[in-house]
Formats: sequence, structure tokens, C-alpha cells
Amino acid sequence: MLRNYFKIAIAVLKRRKFFTFISLFGISFTLTILMVATAYIDKLVNDPYPDAKRDRSLYVNKLEQKMKDGRQSGPLSFYFLDHYAGSLKIPAKVAISSMSRATNTYVNNKKIVINYKYVNSDYWDVLEYDFVEGKPFSKQQIANGEHVTVISEDTKKEYFGETGSVVGKYIEADNVKYRINGVVKNVPVTAYQFFADIYLPYTVSKTDYKDKAYHGEYIAILLAKNEADVPAMRKEYEQMISKVPLPNKDITKMYSHANSYLVSYVNVGSEDTSGIAYVITAIGLFALLVMLLPTLNLVNINITRIMERSSEIGVRKAFGASSRTLVYQFIVENLILTLIGGLIGVLLTFIVIRVLNNAQLIDNLYLTINFTVLLYALAICVFFGLFSGVYPAWRMSKLNVVTALRQNN
Amino acid sequence: MIRLQNIEKVYRTSTIETLALNSINLEVAKGEFLSIMGPSGCGKSTLLNIIGLLDAPTRGDISIGEQKTGHLGDRELAAFRNKKLGFIFQSYHLINDLQVVDNVELPLLYRSMSAKERKQLATEALEKVGLSNRINHFPTQLSGGQRQRVAIARAIVGRPEIILADEPTGNLDSAMGNEIMEILMDLNRNEGTTIVMVTHDENMAHKTHRLVRLFDGSQVS
Ligand SMILES: Nc1ncnc2c1ncn2[C@@H]1O[C@H](COP(=O)(O)OP(=O)(O)OP(=O)(O)O)[C@@H](O)[C@H]1O
Ligand SMILES: [Mg+2]
Repeated sequence: MLRNYFKIAIAVLKRRKFFTFISLFGISFTLTILMVATAYIDKLVNDPYPDAKRDRSLYVNKLEQKMKDGRQSGPLSFYFLDHYAGSLKIPAKVAISSMSRATNTYVNNKKIVINYKYVNSDYWDVLEYDFVEGKPFSKQQIANGEHVTVISEDTKKEYFGETGSVVGKYIEADNVKYRINGVVKNVPVTAYQFFADIYLPYTVSKTDYKDKAYHGEYIAILLAKNEADVPAMRKEYEQMISKVPLPNKDITKMYSHANSYLVSYVNVGSEDTSGIAYVITAIGLFALLVMLLPTLNLVNINITRIMERSSEIGVRKAFGASSRTLVYQFIVENLILTLIGGLIGVLLTFIVIRVLNNAQLIDNLYLTINFTVLLYALAICVFFGLFSGVYPAWRMSKLNVVTALRQNN
Repeated sequence: MIRLQNIEKVYRTSTIETLALNSINLEVAKGEFLSIMGPSGCGKSTLLNIIGLLDAPTRGDISIGEQKTGHLGDRELAAFRNKKLGFIFQSYHLINDLQVVDNVELPLLYRSMSAKERKQLATEALEKVGLSNRINHFPTQLSGGQRQRVAIARAIVGRPEIILADEPTGNLDSAMGNEIMEILMDLNRNEGTTIVMVTHDENMAHKTHRLVRLFDGSQVS
């Protein structure tokens, strides 16, 4: 039975070359876009470098203060994170780092842009940077306010060129010289919470890290001993926030949450209109739109295609096919078509991702097709096949045998 | 074998009502070869489609064998047609995308049967109509007479008790028409298949056991 469906599906495809081309093109092109998009999202969400302990971490990215006539929202101060988050019982470690900032530096009169980030010593324990050479700066070095740094591979290349070890050499940023303690593998800029060209001890920061303002430019990662402690850690943070004294009487309420990675990554809106809802709706709408057009197109083409075969429908019914059997046949045919389109789409995706990786539109972001993405692709294909096949098949099955047979071939 | 009682068929469109069949009473015995004649538009095809359970009458009852058919649903009707009936059409209605053998197998697809068995039966049916050397051709590579023989093979492959043929020789010259007629008569004689055939050709009609004439939806002889 299935073999027969396959035979006729292939025969129909061969006979109607233009139709086949258009629908296969639509499906594979759409799939390619979606798969590259999912590969990208997958990279952002599931890439474990350098953030390997994600399942027992919570992320604190902002504090919102509500006033009578407005609100103020943004990253926190070092003091706040160190003093309040640092005194929590459940977190084993609290990694604190500033949002990365750009500054210029000059090498042989050539200007290069350097993004720097201040970190505390827990930062190197919570995150698992790959050290190509050297090691992180120590707690003692931070306490001493030593001018030491960890730099990225790219920065090493740009600043020193192709050369051997640079540990112990100096790099200049903002007219200050820092001694290099280690070199780490690159982090793509899209992992903005971890990305920097050079990492510095927070104690060398020019702004006073002892300043008691609540807002600042720091974010934190709370690391629990194990995954099971995470909910309790979240709760402990919330309770702590509710007990923090309001800084002045203009401020009526304060919010800050310790969130999972994904939530923190997309947490761009304010408290009332959560960022994640925005982002998910946006992604969803985009995917829907991208898929809707070729699907509608397919539905349309399918109707014409199926009605063209009214003689076949009539004959099959006359010789014992029930409406249900016919619906099944046409859906299977359509699934075969979409799966072929899917296959082409997967091939195209491989090519596109290769080209994108070579072009390096975003520094150090290397997309890969992985199992998850392939699963998505398969699901999308099946969705296409069903959605674009069911309605035409249903219409067709309602066709009266005599009418179907009268329309001569 | 076939019993029609007070069959009436009305076609309604928004503007007109056509009485295509008017109180038809007809009985066809097992093993009988019956032909239906009449001027164009008198309701021959309509009658044949109703006998073939492809169309429902507006009024009246049809029994085939012992089976009353009025209450059967889509799936039951499909299964019933599959087992008991074989159709031959004036314009063949072969599926051009499929090879001859796959066309002939078609009724067997809707039975539970292995692919090998299907192929075996289809080959046998094609032998009976003298086309065993065209098994892997496509319909478009065949002459009209050959196509109609493929259609006959398809109609008999499931060994139905009744064959319904709507002007099976209508598109063929007389030599080919005679060939087709021979095959049908053999089938009727040797296998005892009941055949109802619509035709415009008096010569063909006179080769059958009985002739029914329609005029304007009514039976006149
Ligand atoms: N679907 C339909 N809607 C409306 N009227 C119809 C329909 N089908 C058939 N008729 C009418 O019913 C009458 C009988 O048609 P039918 O096709 O049975 O004639 P016929 O005897 O087979 O003619 P022919 O010899 O030309 O094939 C005709 O008047 C035709 O116009
Ligand atoms: Mg007719």
C-alpha cells in the first residue's frame, strides 16, 4: 500500500515539474531559514561555554526601583551584589562581573577596540573558561589591587600578532598597563554576560566599588551546591530583596530576581511586561509567518493538483476506496513531498551554515546542526505535510464519484 | 441478482429540476447479459451509476444479491463495490501516472492482500484480455482498444459478480469494439459474470440476452 502511494507520488512529482519545483523550493527554503534560526537560538541557549554549570546557577541581571512617577531599571552595583547576594547562605559561590565596556587602545599606531570586564575571584570558579595558557588571577591578587588581566585569544592575536606565550607580558588599556596572567578561548559576543576581550580584577576599576548606590554596572551568577538547591536559592534571594531597606523615600518598591539562564538572557523589559513573553511571542510570530506563506501556497497548489486528478479519485472510489482511505493516501503523498523538501532543506542548511561560519558575521559564533535542530526540522516537515495536505484531501474526499468521473481526465 | 424498485432520480439546480429517471423497475438475473439503449440524455448513465452504487436515487430501493443498499454508509458502500462490482467506462479512466499492471491492481489495493498476490492476479487478468506483453507500459503508450482492455482487466481482477459497462465501445472503431464485445461475452459465458452494458450500437445490443430501452427517464421496453 505505502509502496503504491510512493510510486504515484513520485510519478505525479515527475509529471508536474514546475509545481514540484515551486513547492519543493518553498519548503526547503523555509526550512533552511528556520533551521538556521533554530541553530542560532540553540547556540545561544544551549552552548555550555563558558557557562557549564548552568543547571545549578541562577542569574541576577537587574534591579528595578519603582517611584511615584516612574521606574528605574538596570544592572546592580558591586556593593549591592557583594554585600547582599554575597551574604546568602545557599549559594556556594557568587560570581560578580561588570557588563563589558569598550575602550580604545593603540598598537603600533593602529587603533583597536577592547572590551573589558571587571570580575571577582568566584567568577573564575563558577565559569569554566578554557585557558590556552596561564591561569586566572587569584583572590590575593584581586585583594592587592594588582594590575593583572586575563585576555581572549583574539585579543592576543590582535595585540601581539602570531607569537608564542604572552603570559607575563603587558597589555595597555585606557592608558593603564596590565600584566597578562592567562589567555582564554574566545566567547561569542552574543553570550553578552560572559563576553570580553580582557578580564580585570574589580579592584582596579576606576569607579568606586565601595559606593553604596544600589544601581551600577554589575551582574551576578549564584551557584548552588547542586541542582536540588536551586529553588531554595531562588527563594532565599527573593526574601533577601524584600528585606533590603529602600534607599530613599521616593522609591516605593524594589524588584530583583534570580533567574534561570534563558529568562535572564532575554529579560529585557520591565517588571510588568516581562521580557521573556515578548521574545517568545516575537520568535513564535516570526516562525509562524515564515511557515504560513509556503503552507498556504502548498494548500493552494494541492487543491489544484488534487482536483486535476478527479478522474483518479472517481476511479479509486468506484473500485472500493472509501473517502477516509483517499484522505490517507493524499496526506501520505503530501508527506512524501514535504519530506523530500525537508531533505533538500537539510542539505541547504548545511551549506548555509558552512558559509555563515566561514564569513564570521558574528565573531566567534560557530553554528552547528545538531540533533535538536534536526528534530525541529523533522517536526516542521510533518507539520507542513499534514497542514498543507489535510484540507485539500478533505475537500477532495467530499467529491461525488459521478462528478469526479464526468470531468474527463 | 440486481433488483430496482420504483427508482426515481431528480437533479436539482437552482433554476431547473430534471427528472433523469422516472419509476424504473428492473430485475437482472444472475449470469444475465443485459444491454441498455436510448437517445442521448435519456438517463442511461444515471441508471448505471445508481445500479453501481456510485450515486443515490432520489426515491426507490436497490438490492444487489441479498443486500439492500439504502442504509449503507460510505465505508460500507466502498467495501461492497470493491467486492461485488467492476466498472468499465467509455473514456477508460486509467491512471496515466501508473503502469498498466499497477492500474489493474488498483481494486486489490483496497483488500488485504500481499503485493505478490496482487501482482499475480493482475498478470492473470491481463492475460485474459491478451495484454500480457504490455504489463510495464504506461496507458498513454497504448491504443484505445488496448486501453479499454486494460480497463476490463481492472474490472475483472477482483472477480466481481457484476460488471457495469457504460458505452465500453463508444470510443472505438467497430473492429476494436467487436474485440471488446468478445471479451465481455466470454466473461459472461465462461465465468457467469452478470453484465449490464449501456450502448449506442444496435449490433452489440443484439448480441446480449436482453435489451432495455429508455426514453426520457422512463423504461419503454
Ligand atoms: N449532475 C447533474 N446535474 C444536473 N443534471 C444532470 C446531471 N447529470 C445528468 N443530468 C441530466 O440527467 C439527464 C440524464 O443524463 P445521463 O447522463 O444519464 O444521460 P445518458 O443517457 O447517459 O446520455 P448519453 O447517451 O449522452 O451519455 C440529462 O438530461 C442530464 O442533463
Ligand atoms: Mg451516458
